[in-house]
Amino acid sequence: MPTRILIPTPLRPYTKQKDAVVVSGATVGDALRSLIEQHPDLGRHLYGEGGRLRSFVNLFVGDTDIRSLDGEATPLTGDETITVVPSVAGGAPAREAGDATELDAMEIARYSRHLIMPEVGMEGQKKLKAASVLCIGTGGLGSPLGLYLAAAGVGRIGLVDFDVVDFSNLQRQVLYGTSDVGRPKLDAARDRLADVNPHVAIETHETRLSSENALDILRGYDIVVDGTDNFPTRYLVNDACVLLGKPNVYGSIFRFEGQASVFWAPKGPCYRCLYPEPPPPGLVPSCAEGGVLGILPGIVGTIQAAEAIKLILGNGTPLLGRLLLFDALEMRFRELKLRRDPACPLCGASPTIRSLIDYEEFCGVLAVADPALAADLQVSPRDLKERLDRGERFILLDVRTPQERAICHLGASIHIPMDEIPARVHELDSRDDLVVYCKVGGRSARVLEFLRGAGFQRARNLRGGIDAWAREVDPSVPRY
Amino acid sequence: MALRLARDLLETILAHAERSYPEECCGFLLGSATEEGKCVSEIRAAGNRRDDSPRNRYSIAPEEFLVAERESRSRGLEILGFYHSHPDHPAVPSEYDREHAWAWYSYLIVPVSAGRAGAPRSYVLEEQIRSFEEERLVEEERKPCPPGS
Repeated sequence: MPTRILIPTPLRPYTKQKDAVVVSGATVGDALRSLIEQHPDLGRHLYGEGGRLRSFVNLFVGDTDIRSLDGEATPLTGDETITVVPSVAGGAPAREAGDATELDAMEIARYSRHLIMPEVGMEGQKKLKAASVLCIGTGGLGSPLGLYLAAAGVGRIGLVDFDVVDFSNLQRQVLYGTSDVGRPKLDAARDRLADVNPHVAIETHETRLSSENALDILRGYDIVVDGTDNFPTRYLVNDACVLLGKPNVYGSIFRFEGQASVFWAPKGPCYRCLYPEPPPPGLVPSCAEGGVLGILPGIVGTIQAAEAIKLILGNGTPLLGRLLLFDALEMRFRELKLRRDPACPLCGASPTIRSLIDYEEFCGVLAVADPALAADLQVSPRDLKERLDRGERFILLDVRTPQERAICHLGASIHIPMDEIPARVHELDSRDDLVVYCKVGGRSARVLEFLRGAGFQRARNLRGGIDAWAREVDPSVPRY
Repeated sequence: MALRLARDLLETILAHAERSYPEECCGFLLGSATEEGKCVSEIRAAGNRRDDSPRNRYSIAPEEFLVAERESRSRGLEILGFYHSHPDHPAVPSEYDREHAWAWYSYLIVPVSAGRAGAPRSYVLEEQIRSFEEERLVEEERKPCPPGS
């Protein structure tokens, strides 16, 4: 009789509903490979990362767990029955975790200003200790957020980032100091937060959040705080939070203005109820393009920290269903009421989005990304330098703002800010060899598209902008 | 899908939950899956192996699962899911429940407050997003389907 593997009901969708599969093999491992060869979809349900059997899958040869035999190397004579046995476990919510949480004398001393307030007290401080918060992004918003959550004693803080500290971060990202420049942000953040409060656990996720990893990363936390600066990630965080039923403490900043809210479907609206679709790419500049007042993320990030802490304490009125608008120039707060959109494709009555999608595509960022320009429409800084040295003649067109031009510019270049190009295009001559540049090559690529459409067939884009020029050709040009 | 269960079986489950209080109880729901839902025709109590924290955890020994599966198969029944109690907690799945759940199976939860069982609720894991969805619990006067049908 050949070896049979009995399949439990939850796995039968992957074996064409068969409850038993006949396999061949000299060991349990061989038999499993034979099983997966016949039913490939079963593979990921039996094996986890690193090719190890999942911990909640038990395998029995006859009546014996293979863990008490030789594991996957257990030999087979050829007439055994192998049974896949699901682990069955569960239990009541571990709210007792809060009860079981104790504060030692050091912690009591540290948190005394919290402990003497009835709204926090011992009970609330234990809740904070038992809680977990995931900070997505450790930049301008993530800095004050991480510092205050750690200082407040939130027991477990997760950080997601993949960047390296740059000089241009220090004007607002107060987690980092000058000596951190060049270090991975998460290393520097971990050191700083551990120093702020050694009683909290810092978990780092050094990765770009994506549709593939978001659910797995977010799942492990009670509250998610979005401190990202781009639309694809913002929609990704929102969608993952709605699918997982987790509160999403939102904040965003631009120049002198900020926004904050708490999205938590179905208790309140989600980000898509407010903005069903992203703005067209390029319409809303990022902080790198438009600038930001350094103190602004300090204000908005601490508002997010306050909301996260209130959600943990279960006290006060959260920003649920309210969008807080802040203007630092006028020093004014305003508030808009937000309602759940019954037709929301994500959290509405009949949702059409039931899993994570491709957010780069959804936000249209692929279409305008720099590399999309054909290679022959671009010129690299080195190439341009060589050709200038050979005496070829180019007209350099700077499309940055006057403020950026005041920082630095390339030799004898014409300056027309991007916004003014359509009105001032007559100042240019389409017979010239134009090279358009901006800071890093994104805005100039859009200007180039416009110019090519207007008949400037000889125009090229400076790949990587003046920033790449400073890096690759002329280090005396300051980078900003 | 709905979980269909005769009243006397439900009462047996509630009695098991009250008897085990303040510890968690657990057991198997056996029967057959039909177009009208899952019809439970038998229940089978299981031992709670979690002697480290039986008040808020349960786990069924794989050996016990193996025997239950083998016996039900030989009688034409299927393991449709499991029941467990939440002592002094509502009938809402915990994160721990969710992490350990399998798709397809029903997870019936009985809340027990100060020794008295309350209204049970049943959940199924939505596999794609790994979150629980509540399923309809239909209480029948008699056994909804004969064993082995």
